[in-house]
Amino acid sequence: MDAERAVEDRTRIWKLAAIGSLAGAFSGLFGVGGGTVIVPLLIFWLAYSERLATGTSLAAIVLIGLLGALAQGIYGNVHVGTGLLLSIPAIAGVVAGTAIQQRIPQRAVSLLFAALLVAVAIELIVP
Amino acid sequence: MDELFAVLIAAAGGLAGGLVGVGGGVLFVPALTIFIGLSQVEAESTSLLMIVVVALVGAARQSGYGNLNLRDAVAIGVLSPLGVIAGVVVANEVPQRALELSFAALVLFVAYGLTKRALTPQP
Repeated sequence: MDAERAVEDRTRIWKLAAIGSLAGAFSGLFGVGGGTVIVPLLIFWLAYSERLATGTSLAAIVLIGLLGALAQGIYGNVHVGTGLLLSIPAIAGVVAGTAIQQRIPQRAVSLLFAALLVAVAIELIVP
Repeated sequence: MDELFAVLIAAAGGLAGGLVGVGGGVLFVPALTIFIGLSQVEAESTSLLMIVVVALVGAARQSGYGNLNLRDAVAIGVLSPLGVIAGVVVANEVPQRALELSFAALVLFVAYGLTKRALTPQP
């Protein structure tokens, strides 16, 4: 409708495209989940709150991970039985994690994420 | 005993996923190599399957809590394959060690930004 709004929407799409591309690139390059990239970029570029950023990141990861899992599945690298079996405790973990997250301050989520990033950095630096 | 450790680490990966919105692969991959005995490629591939399951359940829960922008999430997910291609090209041109160190520097910079944000009084 008005020109300002249209420009804003176009900028937003480019930012989302950049976040998706970066997440895809980093997950391909380092085997880290796209979430490491998606959550901070949603917070800093699109002014998301912490909780909204983490929820939206999880939904995006479903799509990114699905593509990767299908591609690796074709090569026969996915142990489906083991993966599904270990998914049971992982599901219990994520249900607990999201429930806990609703009860702590949003800024605490930022601090937890910063701690995770430091751990990722150490993993990358130590050969 | 090894299986028990794998189960505990899988639960911890899910917990981390729910708390900070990542898939949990950082923990799933070592659990699958060390305690289940998969090769690195098999572990990373199987971890992807677990990430999909965890992210699906996590996203559904967050949607229930009102913390999901589905339109943006789909845009990010659909546009990510562009980056995968770019990543493969870069990986073949730049030494792995240089990539690791530059990414480490980047995530430390982001960690600093998030910490500063967390410690700044909210308006």
